Amino acid sequence: MTQATEQLNRRMLRARDAIDRAYAQPLDIASLAEVANVSSAHFIRTFRATFGETPHRYLQRRRVERAMFLLRESTRSVTDVCLDVGFASLGTFSRTFNEIVGTTPTDYRARRAPIDAPTCFAMSWMRPSSFGEAPPNNGS
Amino acid sequence: MLNSINISHIFVFDQDKALDFYVGKLGLEVSNDLDLGVMRWLTVRAPGNPTHDILLEVPGAPAMDPKTAEQVRELISKGASGFAAGFTTADVKKTYEDLKGKGVEIADELTERDYGSDFGIRDPFGNHLRIVQLGRVPAEAKL
Repeated sequence: MTQATEQLNRRMLRARDAIDRAYAQPLDIASLAEVANVSSAHFIRTFRATFGETPHRYLQRRRVERAMFLLRESTRSVTDVCLDVGFASLGTFSRTFNEIVGTTPTDYRARRAPIDAPTCFAMSWMRPSSFGEAPPNNGS
Repeated sequence: MLNSINISHIFVFDQDKALDFYVGKLGLEVSNDLDLGVMRWLTVRAPGNPTHDILLEVPGAPAMDPKTAEQVRELISKGASGFAAGFTTADVKKTYEDLKGKGVEIADELTERDYGSDFGIRDPFGNHLRIVQLGRVPAEAKL
């Protein structure tokens, strides 16, 4: 691997960390590309080549993982959870949650108990797979 | 019966750059810096804590073939080394501000958790490190 590739990976990782930190905020490709110091078109292509999914899909999985956590561990309403993790509409939240997890937020809450794991690890290890319970959308 | 961990390792791509980060920024101290002929045996540890050294090891020949070393570097640079090491501090807020002021890359903001308060950082190579002030916090405060 050339040093240039290594540095490009580090820049993509910096942008992915930014998604993890600011998942609840409105994130756009232009600002993430700026974090990675590349053009928007180059950012989407390179992010996908580096991490195996688009930045948008990664952000969706991060938001859904945080939603799963709040549904398991808190008594906040589904609407509040939706807004807490950065979705602007309940319809989009429910549809995305269902696509990724394979069940509705309400059903998920009813079936899952709190998980006793270090919460910093829950963010990595409880994140739903794009290729697990439900297939991802084409091109997402 | 095993009774302690005395050494673990973190892959780094450049040992001088690693020293600048782990000693110059994080404040660890060098416990060994030896030219073994075949490799530079470079270890660091928390100041005043001689029980656990961290070997700052460069992936490369002859320990691994060039292709394997390249794969290791690629994985680490994109964050796939996982949780490389965890450190404790007596004042996590102060440590957070100090490291942020030194330009250390914050991967995960300072957060109250069920085991205390912690934050995540990246070393210059992509390794994920965590710094925690241990202590129970109320369940409703955990994230």
